[in-house]
Amino acid sequence: MVWKVSLKPYTLIYSSKMTTDKKRTKHLIWTGGLLSLLLLSILASMSIGSVHLPIGLSLRILLNYLPFMPQAGTPVQNAIVWDLRLPRIFLAIVVGAMLSASGVAFQGILRNPLADPYILGVSVGAALGAATSILFFQNTSFLGQLSLPLFSFAGGVISLVLVLVLSEYHGRRERESLILAGVVLQSFVGAFLSFLIAIAGHQMQEIVFWMMGSLANRSWSDVAILIPYFVLGISYLLLQYHDLNVIALGERAATHLGMEVEKKKIWTLVVGTLLTAAAVSVVGIIGFVGLIVPHLMRLLVGPDHRILLPLSTVVGAIFLLWSDTIARTIIPSQELPIGVITAFVGAPFFAYLLKKGLRRGKRESF
Amino acid sequence: MNLFEVTGVSQDYGWGQVLNDISFHLAEGENFGIIGPNGSGKSTLIRVISGLLSPSQGEVRFRGKPVHTYRKKELARQIAVLEQEGTALLPFSVKDVVAMGRYPWLKLFSDINSEDERIIAEVLKTLGLWEVRAKPVNTLSGGQRQLVSLARAMAQQPSALILDEPTTYLDIGHQVLVMQHVRRWYMEQGITVIMVLHDLNLAGQYCDQLLLLEQGQIRAWGKAAEVLDEGTITSVYRTGLIKVNHPVLGVPQFLLASV
Repeated sequence: MVWKVSLKPYTLIYSSKMTTDKKRTKHLIWTGGLLSLLLLSILASMSIGSVHLPIGLSLRILLNYLPFMPQAGTPVQNAIVWDLRLPRIFLAIVVGAMLSASGVAFQGILRNPLADPYILGVSVGAALGAATSILFFQNTSFLGQLSLPLFSFAGGVISLVLVLVLSEYHGRRERESLILAGVVLQSFVGAFLSFLIAIAGHQMQEIVFWMMGSLANRSWSDVAILIPYFVLGISYLLLQYHDLNVIALGERAATHLGMEVEKKKIWTLVVGTLLTAAAVSVVGIIGFVGLIVPHLMRLLVGPDHRILLPLSTVVGAIFLLWSDTIARTIIPSQELPIGVITAFVGAPFFAYLLKKGLRRGKRESF
Repeated sequence: MNLFEVTGVSQDYGWGQVLNDISFHLAEGENFGIIGPNGSGKSTLIRVISGLLSPSQGEVRFRGKPVHTYRKKELARQIAVLEQEGTALLPFSVKDVVAMGRYPWLKLFSDINSEDERIIAEVLKTLGLWEVRAKPVNTLSGGQRQLVSLARAMAQQPSALILDEPTTYLDIGHQVLVMQHVRRWYMEQGITVIMVLHDLNLAGQYCDQLLLLEQGQIRAWGKAAEVLDEGTITSVYRTGLIKVNHPVLGVPQFLLASV
C-alpha cells in the first residue's frame, strides 16, 4: 500500500536521512568519549592506592605480557598491578555494568522510574539465597561451583515475584506501591539474614560481607565466574531496545503494535534478576547503581534504549570503578564497604527523584 | 467477504455482564462508528474486536480467521488500534514515537531501514508534524499528541484502524482536525475504520454505519441516518434531545431539548 503525498520525495528522503546520520554521529561521539573515559579511569585506578605508582609505570607494567616489550617495574610492583589492582578493577567494571544494565531493564519494562533491583529487594533476596547456600549447602558436591549463583538467583527471583504480587492491585501497579512492597520485603529478608548471622557462628564474617558489599580480596577467578552472565545477560538486554522503547507507550499500546508483552516482561525481568544475582553472589549487596546511572544517562542522551542501554552499561562500569577506588583509598590503610559509597550518593539521588515525581504528578515523564 | 465478523460475543468480567450476545459484521472499506452511553460496553467491544481480549463467549473473525489465532505481529500489520492510553511517558521525540509504528514490520535483530524512514517521513509530512519531529512528545499539547498517535498508526500501514474516543479531551479545532485526517486516510487508502465516539454529532457527520450499544446489547445497527433516530437516542441516553438536519451537510445532528 503506497501512501500518496504531493511532496518532492527527494528532499523528504534526503532530510530524513540527515537526522538519522546526525543521531548516529551523536551516538558515536558519546560511545567513543565514554569508552576513553573508562580506559583513563582504569589507568588512574591502577596508580592510586596505598602504594602509589605513576601512571606511566602502571601502563608499562600493563604491557609486560606483550611480546618484545622491555620488562618494567619490580616484581612487587608487578604483583600489585596484576594480582591486586587489576582483578579488582575488572570486577568493579563487570559488576557496575551488570547492575546498571539491570536497572535500565527493570525501569524500562516495568515503566517505573524508581524500579531498581536493589530498591525492589532483588539484591537482598539474592544475598539471602547466597547466605543459605554458604551455610547449608557449601559441601553439597552435586551442584559444586554452581550452587552459590543458583541459590542467589533463586533468592532474587522469589523476592521479585513477591514484590510484584504485593504491589499489584486489580491489574494496576502504582509506582509508590512498588517501592513500599520493596521496603516490606527488604525488612523481612533483612531480619532473616540477621537471624542467619546470629546462628552462623564462625561463618558470620562471610554473611556480614554480603550485607555490606565489598570488592576487597578478590582474584581473577571471581571475574571469570561473572563473565558468562555478563556477556549473555547484557547481550540479551542490548537486543531488546525496540521492545523497551515500545513498552513506554503502555502495555496495551505495545500489545496492539504486536509485542508479546507478558513474554517479554518475564524474560527481561529474569535476565535483569540473573545479572543482579550473579553480581551479588560474588560481591554482595551494592545499592543504587541501577538507579543513579540510568537516570543520569537519560538526562544526557534521552530515553532511546538503543543508545541508553549500552551507554548506561559503560557508565555503570566507570561509576563502580571510581566508587571502589574511593572505598579502598579514602581512609588510609582501611577498607570501606563499597555499598557505603554508592548509598552515600544514591540515597539523596533517590530522594530527589521521589520528590521530582511527586511534584510533577504520577503520570508525568521519568 | 466480511473483514470483521462478530458472532454471539458475550463478556463477563466477574462483576457483571459487560457484553451480551453481540453479533454484527462489516465489510472492507467501511466507516463504522460505535456509540452508546458510558458503561454500555463500547471499549470492551473494541478490545474484543482487536484481539486484546478473548471474549467469555462467542468469536471474532478477521478475514475469515479467528483473531486470536493470528500471531501478534501479523495482526498488528493489519489492524492499528489507538486506545486512550498510549502516549509515551518518556521524552521520546515525535519521530521516535512515529517510528514505533514500524515495530510490527521489523525483522528479528534488524533496525529501521531506508524504506521505513521514507514511510515515517511521509506520515510526518501528511499530518503536519514534520516541523516538530525533533520535539519531545511530552512537551506537545493534547491535540498534537493525538496527531502523533494517529501518525504512529499510519506508519503501521494497516488495512483497518480502530479508534477509542479519538476526540475526547480535544478542543473543537483539534477534534475536527483528527476526524478529517482519519477521513482523508479512509477516502484515499480505502482502509476500514471502526471508531468509538461519544459525540453524536461527530458520529452523524463522519460515520456511514453506526452501532448503538445499550447495557452491553445492540440497540440499533445500520446506516448512520437510521440509527440516529430521535426516539431511540432519547430513550438510550435518557435525556431530552431534538434531532435537526445539518443546514449545509444534511446529516442528523442533536440539540439539547431543555436546560
